Amino acid sequence: MRYLDEFADPVLARRLLDDIAAAVTRPWAVMEVCGGQTHTIIRNGIDQLLPAEVELIHGPGCPVCVTPLETIDRALAIAARPDVIFCSFGDMIRVPGSTDDLFRVKSRGGDVRVVYSPLDAVRIAQQNPDKQVVFFGIGFETTAPANAMTVLMADRLGLANFSLLVSHVLVPPAITALMESPERRVQGFLAAGHVCTVMGTSQYAPLVEAYRVPIVVTGFEPLDVLEGIRRVVLQLEQGRAELDNAYPRAVSAQGNLEAQRVVADVFTVTDRAWRGIGVIPASGWRLADRWAAYDAEQRFDVGGIAAQESPRCRSGEVLQGLIKPAQCEAFGTDCTPRTPLGAPMVSSEGACAAYYQFRRLGAPASAPAG
Amino acid sequence: MCLGIPGRVDERWEADGMAMGTVDFGGVRKEVCLAYVPDLQVGEWTIVHVGFALTRLDEASAQETLALMRSVGILDGELGPA
Repeated sequence: MRYLDEFADPVLARRLLDDIAAAVTRPWAVMEVCGGQTHTIIRNGIDQLLPAEVELIHGPGCPVCVTPLETIDRALAIAARPDVIFCSFGDMIRVPGSTDDLFRVKSRGGDVRVVYSPLDAVRIAQQNPDKQVVFFGIGFETTAPANAMTVLMADRLGLANFSLLVSHVLVPPAITALMESPERRVQGFLAAGHVCTVMGTSQYAPLVEAYRVPIVVTGFEPLDVLEGIRRVVLQLEQGRAELDNAYPRAVSAQGNLEAQRVVADVFTVTDRAWRGIGVIPASGWRLADRWAAYDAEQRFDVGGIAAQESPRCRSGEVLQGLIKPAQCEAFGTDCTPRTPLGAPMVSSEGACAAYYQFRRLGAPASAPAG
Repeated sequence: MCLGIPGRVDERWEADGMAMGTVDFGGVRKEVCLAYVPDLQVGEWTIVHVGFALTRLDEASAQETLALMRSVGILDGELGPA
């Protein structure tokens, strides 16, 4: 398929791998921020094909993984109400709350619906005027324009029965938090290409400057990921720290200005607690005050939430790149995609899910599929 | 969740004042909101995320990236020791 097959060519993959091997002289730790890239890496065995000196650290870029437990519990409480149709991306359905998940709420009769597009939730609100329709608006900058559009649509259509439970997160403050951490190990970043299709690349220049760290905007196909790694390693070996774009077919410097305009209208920056990591200042978006009428948190009083994380889940360490999933004692035993203790085991972008799916049986690494 | 899939615009129309389109993903066709890339034309390629086109895929840049990848290591080989 166009733009997919070409960027999975095993001959070119070998060439990029050889070039990385030729360039590397000492150990480097490179983080891919986005969980989508983690899956490309693990599925194709890229981490095992790289020279031993290059360690890939998996980042926190899995939106359902970092959605705060308290927000999940709130979502579960709202979804259980008989007057509510609760709409969510499919990734969220099995993410464990303190004692429950959306799948179980649905099995007990809650009207929980998986939507592909946020606009589907607006349509459901149109078709069900006697119900309250709530959309769980989570995600990084990539998803924010789509989620923001639901508010504008609902407003245009005069839908009084639609609201949004918002828990958006932002990449640059997460990079800042990682670089400020006393446990900091990352020496270069692959920035998430699809976040940058929306926001452009300029937000990363101050981070490159402040921390003298290479940041390469990177795509998601096997060759894209290898090229991103190659460019970070070359910079590190040459003592450079620059902002570079290895995904120019999709990412421009300024990003998508119309999407930025709508997001700035609908959302406003807020401090956000990241599940497993803690509060990161100015690291999220919430609904702007003028759209408060669409805020599900204000519309539904679900009482006090006492969130309780599983004491055996080490997903916080996984999300910060401090351990690999298989180093967790519960990995693959007490914690599986069917009985997850933490969100990274069920999300299609979670690092634990990637290792469970592709590494659990110790399958040998293979070259990227052609 | 940040999964973006490349596809080709097959059709365009307006719904409730919003630019919409049908995008072909290697045979699977889906309805996609084009409001954020409103000048996308039929036949052009885009990255779609949760039902929204986010960017126009630039063919020239794609070819440049592939050409660069093909050239990686070639010069080293030709200029290195025999």
